[in-house]
Amino acid sequence: MMSAKTLYDKLWESHVVRTDENGTALIYIDRHLVHEVTSPQAFEGLRLAGRKPWRTGANLATPDHNVPTTERSGGVSAIVDPISRTQVETLDDNCDSFGITEFKMLDPRQGIVHVVGPEQGATLPGMTVVCGDSHTSTHGAMGALAFGIGTSEVEHALATQCLIQKKSKAMLIRVEGAVTPGITAKDIVLAIIGEIGTAGGTGYAIEFAGQAIRDLSIEGRLTLCNMAIEAGARAGFVAVDEKTIDYVKGRPYAPEGENWESAVSYWRNLHSDEGAVFDKEVVLDGSAIKPQVTWGTSPEMVVSVDESVPDPVAEADEVKAGGMRRALEYMGLEAGTPIEQIKLDRIFIGSCTNSRIEDLRAAADVAKGRQVAANIKQALVVPGSGLVKAQAEAEGLDKIFTEAGFEWREPGCSMCLAMNADRLEPGERCASTSNRNFEGRQGQGGRTHLVSPAMAAAAAVAGHFTDISALKLGGDDDGEI
Amino acid sequence: MEKFETFTGIVCPLDRSNVDTDAIIPKQFLKSIKRSGFGPNLFDEWRYLDHGEPGMDNSQRPLNPDFVLNDARYQGAKILLTSKNFGCGSSREHAPWALEDYGFRVILAPSFADIFFNNCFKNGILPIVLKEETVDELFALSGGPQALEITVDLQAQTLSYAGGETVPFDVDPFRKHCLLNGLDDIGLTLEHVDDIRAYEARRRSEAPWLFT
Repeated sequence: MMSAKTLYDKLWESHVVRTDENGTALIYIDRHLVHEVTSPQAFEGLRLAGRKPWRTGANLATPDHNVPTTERSGGVSAIVDPISRTQVETLDDNCDSFGITEFKMLDPRQGIVHVVGPEQGATLPGMTVVCGDSHTSTHGAMGALAFGIGTSEVEHALATQCLIQKKSKAMLIRVEGAVTPGITAKDIVLAIIGEIGTAGGTGYAIEFAGQAIRDLSIEGRLTLCNMAIEAGARAGFVAVDEKTIDYVKGRPYAPEGENWESAVSYWRNLHSDEGAVFDKEVVLDGSAIKPQVTWGTSPEMVVSVDESVPDPVAEADEVKAGGMRRALEYMGLEAGTPIEQIKLDRIFIGSCTNSRIEDLRAAADVAKGRQVAANIKQALVVPGSGLVKAQAEAEGLDKIFTEAGFEWREPGCSMCLAMNADRLEPGERCASTSNRNFEGRQGQGGRTHLVSPAMAAAAAVAGHFTDISALKLGGDDDGEI
Repeated sequence: MEKFETFTGIVCPLDRSNVDTDAIIPKQFLKSIKRSGFGPNLFDEWRYLDHGEPGMDNSQRPLNPDFVLNDARYQGAKILLTSKNFGCGSSREHAPWALEDYGFRVILAPSFADIFFNNCFKNGILPIVLKEETVDELFALSGGPQALEITVDLQAQTLSYAGGETVPFDVDPFRKHCLLNGLDDIGLTLEHVDDIRAYEARRRSEAPWLFT
């Protein structure tokens, strides 16, 4: 009898091209996603060495980090920031000259690369997926081995369709029990990071399992795996089930006909075997998870909405306490302040974490029939792709948002990292559905609190954080929070 | 890539944990389509008192006197000493590019984030994981009136400095070989073209949908 394997073992072993004596392996890459920020130097490297992409069709590109989210029918040449424009033009030129499929800025399929991949069926179960972006872990939701790489590896993947890797250790995170209504994948993953810390997954590939994970939709699992990297793990994934297969079926890049049948039977084996051994296991009680809000400058600095900003004095670890003091100072917060009393300046609903249709529906449910509070300078909703935008508009979500006082934008990374014009001013405080609350991430001096889409929408309406568990949804109350 | 040779360099102590790649090189500098020239913007938001943008004359900008990189003792430092989980966050290789462009060849820390750690080796930077107590001792030694100098010998895998025992360190044999010889990963992988072709042929028959 064969020994029980983890899903990670299966994904890894099916992609080993060769292994040398010290365990360094050459791993085959099935899908390489490309965007404008981390690829120009890689294409330049190819040119300088006189190399060509090994398998052009394995690559798929779209500009996302730099694109404006305001009206942009003028095209790339109308991007105001000349350096951003050059970067998007460079991607266009590189894809054209190397024959790589690119969803250009005005293509309806353009969007955040981690939204576009699964949406197109370009990232499939059992694949190895890489991209020059740490949030590539997102695609693990499909039962794929997906991880972020640097630009040298972008060039390596382009030139050889392989990467030099060492196998990570395997971690299992089980979230047992069902979550309570209103608790989302975002709350689950923030609770996990709060538990294991931002370096808790370093050196590991994480498999997420347990009832709370199985109960998640594929979009929820994309949110979950997206933030595996914020727990330190390059890759996070969920075993394939019927939801995965249903999600993939009929998408533009999904297999068809006979290929579909053989793919499905292959995919059904993409789970950890009974009795498989992990290097580490962590168990959380899903039913105990409440809406999460980060208070500091690292995703591990997180509490439930009904708690208060923690006090460094109560922290025994002196290094940690120092980090907390520094974070409190940067965030302009006092220890002991109830989270619900923290007032906000801006709201950002978007990013590769939370810009899919279910995210927008959840936010719209809260926004419906209500108004953005007077103290909120700006509340942005940025869909993850042109197709998500079109779907939301077909459902009338854009109207709900704009009537409530939100701005409805074009797809892109936007204020998650503020490479385009969407950013915080120094000292401004933002409830954001993105993934990083690092110093300066959303603009120099900006203060980021990470939350779920419904929590962000509720904060927009209330002007401060508020517990959505207590909220009536769908606009059937008096509009107050 | 340049060969990594034994050298002696000044240690610059950056006593913060979870230093992320957004801090190492802020996003506005990621718009460059080049690999070089990021050094003056390394740790930009901590290093200068004003807001930095690409194209500024950095020599005219007000320096933050409290930031360690601006301390007279550590000018010309080639070794960065820092705390746990260094390089977390974004996969941007602009982070090691900025460190390398500034002049750092070695980073000492109790732990590193995976992607950053990997990216360092591709750019001639040697990240070394040390025990917490060694890191603490080096912080104490490097904080004195005289900067600490360490000799890094990759071949022997040792760090040596005045007033301390020689400290051995671990490094992956493949990465060591590449650094010492200045080898390019792509060139090495392309020596295995036949293996890649054989894998593709095998995989194409067992999972044809991956090749459509």
